Amino acid sequence: MEFRGETTIVVPRNLLRAAAERCRADAKLQFNLLSDATCVDRYPVEPRFELNYQLVAIPRRDRLRLQVRLTGQDPVVDSLVPVWPGANWLEREIFDLFGIRFSGHPDLRRILLPEDWEGYPLRRDFPVPGFRDVPNSGDVFNSGDLFKKSSLR
Amino acid sequence: MTTVDTVTGAAKTMVLNMGPQHPSTHGVLRILLELDGETVVKAVPDLGYLHTGIEKSCEDKTYSQAITLTDRMDYLNPLGNNLVYCMAVEKLLGLEVPKRAQYIRVMMVELQRISSHLVWLGTHAIDLGAMSVFLYCFREREEILKIFEMFAGQRMMTSYIRIGGVALDPPAGWRQAVQKFLNMMPSRVDEYETLLTENPIWIGRTKGIGCISPEDAVALSMTGPTLRAAGVAYDNRKVFPYSSYEEFTFDVPTRTESDCYARYLIRVAEMRESLKIIKQAMERITDEGPVKADAPGIIPPQREKMKTEMEALIYHFKIFTEGFSPQPGEAFVAVESPRGELGCFVASDGSPKPLRVHFRSPSFINLQALPKLIEGQLIADVVACIGTIDIVLGEVDR
Repeated sequence: MEFRGETTIVVPRNLLRAAAERCRADAKLQFNLLSDATCVDRYPVEPRFELNYQLVAIPRRDRLRLQVRLTGQDPVVDSLVPVWPGANWLEREIFDLFGIRFSGHPDLRRILLPEDWEGYPLRRDFPVPGFRDVPNSGDVFNSGDLFKKSSLR
Repeated sequence: MTTVDTVTGAAKTMVLNMGPQHPSTHGVLRILLELDGETVVKAVPDLGYLHTGIEKSCEDKTYSQAITLTDRMDYLNPLGNNLVYCMAVEKLLGLEVPKRAQYIRVMMVELQRISSHLVWLGTHAIDLGAMSVFLYCFREREEILKIFEMFAGQRMMTSYIRIGGVALDPPAGWRQAVQKFLNMMPSRVDEYETLLTENPIWIGRTKGIGCISPEDAVALSMTGPTLRAAGVAYDNRKVFPYSSYEEFTFDVPTRTESDCYARYLIRVAEMRESLKIIKQAMERITDEGPVKADAPGIIPPQREKMKTEMEALIYHFKIFTEGFSPQPGEAFVAVESPRGELGCFVASDGSPKPLRVHFRSPSFINLQALPKLIEGQLIADVVACIGTIDIVLGEVDR
């Protein structure tokens, strides 16, 4: 696909890692730098998730985008950490904010949000103001509960 | 706590919590360090203390409103953030920016690069114990901020670069102000070099510290001065020129040592290159000419036209209430920020608000390599390594 001079290749989910490996290792392609990975949520359209990997071939001065589409019921895809180690934190960020799981990822934890955060805020069905107030900004703070719970006391 | 083989035989290591409130983490970054004596065995960065959900907030803003949010991401490079976001939206719209506006953009972004490198140099030197450099760097940065204030009315959160051009015509007397800065700056850069380049303490603290091989650096997606210090000449301004950078003559400094000292030399050399670009841009900016593209319905109309033409008034009202709707599609644009490749991905679904705005922030991705740089080094070198990656936590967490 071409749009405004950018080339996008849509890859089926099961072929993603093979395609990525080919892009990096093939002597004609040489996409050695994974510049970015991000997700777009097209809720309520299915398949709702589009993963975009921006590749750069430094020796050939070229850019390419790999795209994978995932459904809302089964948002799992192969991790690209074995191909580009730099995918590690990018995939953790997508997992954190969209709830997409990467099979084969060495350390799939939340990265920006706290571990006990509920939901995936960058999904389109997550309201912009959030579902509820942040804890410890209201009652908990005023009633002195925080002091009781705190181990510092 | 784990057991590792130490010099004195198997012994227990200590886990030390560095940050989040630590002056040398340049914001709120927490690093869990596992130490064997003073040697770092393992390092685990913990982020998110400054997460403000900028990408989510963009979903609820029109395309023009989101510009002010980008300022607040990398607060040492607001103009660069404006530029990359506006270029992504312009690509989505297929909008051509007038040459004069492109040159103004280049000049402002290069001034911003110098100011960002000055803050980096000053704070990095303070981390490593050289107090006076900080004061000199901020003296010159002040001059740059005064120029920004002239152009945009704001010193830091400028929002000067807008979709389709820049916000305002350059103010009266801008040439003298920029020329004064250009005349002063080269000798000031020499001054920093006199203080640091051959300073034995500085060399001792930075030479041979935090090395990474070029293969590892590329594999970990590092960009910017950190990558160029490893010998890979990857600079978006040269490799994928944007905003008329192909018309300017400048060099991309690279080194091969890949240590903290090499990164320092690269950034100092980049300041000199930026001065060259600013000088050329100044010559190219004509006194007369448009600073915004001619695109009714996207660019707010001029004040006089609004009072005389019906269409202009309608467009003005439409732009500021509803916004404009690019055709469905996606665009990814990358520019060279002072820290590396700053990318912006914008997806449109044909409505006046973006479906998705994503920033490829160089600080976030370069920070990923920190454990690789510091494992096996001394704890004092952790500070030097964090400094030379040049992270801005506002951009790491967004």
